[in-house]
Amino acid sequence: MRNRGRRGQNGSNSETNGVVIHTEGLRKYYILGAETVRAVRGVDLEVKRGEFVAIMGPSGSGKSTFMNLIGCLDTPTGGDYWLNGRKVSELSDDQLARVRNRDIGFVFQTFNLLPRATALHNVELPLIYAGMSSRERRKRAEEKLTLVGLADRMDHRPPELSGGQRQRVAIARALVNDPALLLADEPTGNLDSRTTMEIVEMLAALNQAGQTIVLVTHESDIAAWASRQIHLNDGLVERDFENEGKVN
Amino acid sequence: MFILREIVMVAMASIRANALRSGLTTLGIVIGTAAVITMVALGEGAQRQVQEQIENMGTNILTVRPGQGFFRGVASGSRRLEEDDALALRDQIGHVYEIAPEIESRYQVTYARSNSSNSIVGTWPSFFSLYNHELEHGRFFDEGEVQGRRRVAVLGSNVPDDLETPGGLLVGRTIQIRGIPFEVVGVLREKGGAMWMQPDDQIFIPLSTAMYRVMGGRDRLRSIYVAAPSPDELDPAWAEIDRVIRREHRILPTEEADFSIQQSSDILETFNETTQTFSLLLAGIAGVSLLVGGIGIMNIMLVSVTERTREIGVRKALGATRKTILFQFLVEALVLCVLGGILGVAGGFGAAELITRLYGSSTAVAAEAVAVALGFSAAIGLFFGIWPARRASILDPIDALRYE
Repeated sequence: MRNRGRRGQNGSNSETNGVVIHTEGLRKYYILGAETVRAVRGVDLEVKRGEFVAIMGPSGSGKSTFMNLIGCLDTPTGGDYWLNGRKVSELSDDQLARVRNRDIGFVFQTFNLLPRATALHNVELPLIYAGMSSRERRKRAEEKLTLVGLADRMDHRPPELSGGQRQRVAIARALVNDPALLLADEPTGNLDSRTTMEIVEMLAALNQAGQTIVLVTHESDIAAWASRQIHLNDGLVERDFENEGKVN
Repeated sequence: MFILREIVMVAMASIRANALRSGLTTLGIVIGTAAVITMVALGEGAQRQVQEQIENMGTNILTVRPGQGFFRGVASGSRRLEEDDALALRDQIGHVYEIAPEIESRYQVTYARSNSSNSIVGTWPSFFSLYNHELEHGRFFDEGEVQGRRRVAVLGSNVPDDLETPGGLLVGRTIQIRGIPFEVVGVLREKGGAMWMQPDDQIFIPLSTAMYRVMGGRDRLRSIYVAAPSPDELDPAWAEIDRVIRREHRILPTEEADFSIQQSSDILETFNETTQTFSLLLAGIAGVSLLVGGIGIMNIMLVSVTERTREIGVRKALGATRKTILFQFLVEALVLCVLGGILGVAGGFGAAELITRLYGSSTAVAAEAVAVALGFSAAIGLFFGIWPARRASILDPIDALRYE
């Protein structure tokens, strides 16, 4: 695939001028019976490489829908979306699957690890779908698991790990394909306050190292760690500001 | 492809994780396949047996039997087939064909303190060569003994057992047939029977002796056998026989004959067809059970897809395409079915062997049946796996991830 080697380092790509996310009038409408639900009503947004963006908003604000669009899990009703310089708003299901595989790393609230697979195999999974050889896969997965501090837990299965450890496996999995964008959806929603800090600090550290992160949360003290906050309300951007009082 | 390995491994892991469920589901395929193999083996065995019988009876032999005569459309009583007819055949076409008349009746046979009831056949010496009989002991009777109405007997291979005396010891001894003393001159080698013919249980004596000394002047033949030099020459033989007997019986070629000419293997062919139909029916029933097994597979695959909705969502989020997911579930169904198929074939072999041992009916597991059963179980895996797999592949990743 194009530029794999170069982009693989830290998400840099000369064609994109350092812009990872660019949306113009992004919309998503659902039809529920006779009613049309306008979940996202036209969002213009630009996220540059190396940013740490927190997306906030009350429930029903459209932030989950927006995050699904950004994560290429869903296709927009209207508007355009460029991810890492590539227009992805008009791609087919399978093309989107490939984009998710190569350019996006997901961290979910519920971890979403495969319970029967070892930590190592869970982390290898995106590389399997990328068609990488098993030796290369293993090397990369071990690297990322070491990065998140789980070098001694590689052969454990998720049920044998604590919540924080599981989320760290998920972060290693999200990082393993060196994605342009790390997308975290309420990553601390299922964790106690101590592990929450652990995970947030880890995300901050990754951002320090150059990783672009978009974090969806409804907790302001977690959003406080981001360099920029975007508040959604009623399917529109309500506020978008640099985080002056940023932790760190 | 590296993905292929993952797909197969995931399928195997999933089957192992639900070992009991997978095992029970596969059982349907195992039983279905085993049933197909066993039934086909039984049918095949029966057919081979018939084939052997046909060869035993000779594929080149025509049988002339007396039949109903008709005069101006009214049945005029059963017409006879007599020694003269056989003689006429021998005189006129004997240089090309072998002719042997047969007269038969069942009588009590005694030797020492043993006695049994056997089918006594009066015939000519040509009978033995016509049916390729071989001797275990002694000799056949000859033409001179027929001319002289001698009381000599050649025993079928089972007769010494009936008389509780070893065959070797019987040669040269005297047995009583219907109280009439006969000298045993030979004992035949075992021949094996075919349908109504059981030569191993019969006693053969000269035709003339049978007609005039044993059966009290009865001169109605049961049949006349005519052997053509090869199976290809049966048609001209048929025409020759028809011509000769019609002249003997003074029947015009345009009139209905009062005798029939049959090819003995015809009857077996008919039997063969019946067997074939029957075994097809059995295999069909077995096939239905295989089909039911397939529905079981589909059921369990649907359960599996529902159970693993979330896993499917995760895999899709991480970059699995529809095709990858489709293949994953298809391979799982395929592995279940082929595994069941292999076990079923083994079970079928076992069952066929068991039937052979318990009931002595011959079975033959045909290579084609194995191939067909395996292919069929794989096809069932594909057929019944595709729908659940498709359902998995078109799951929306968002819904799948949210699924509890």
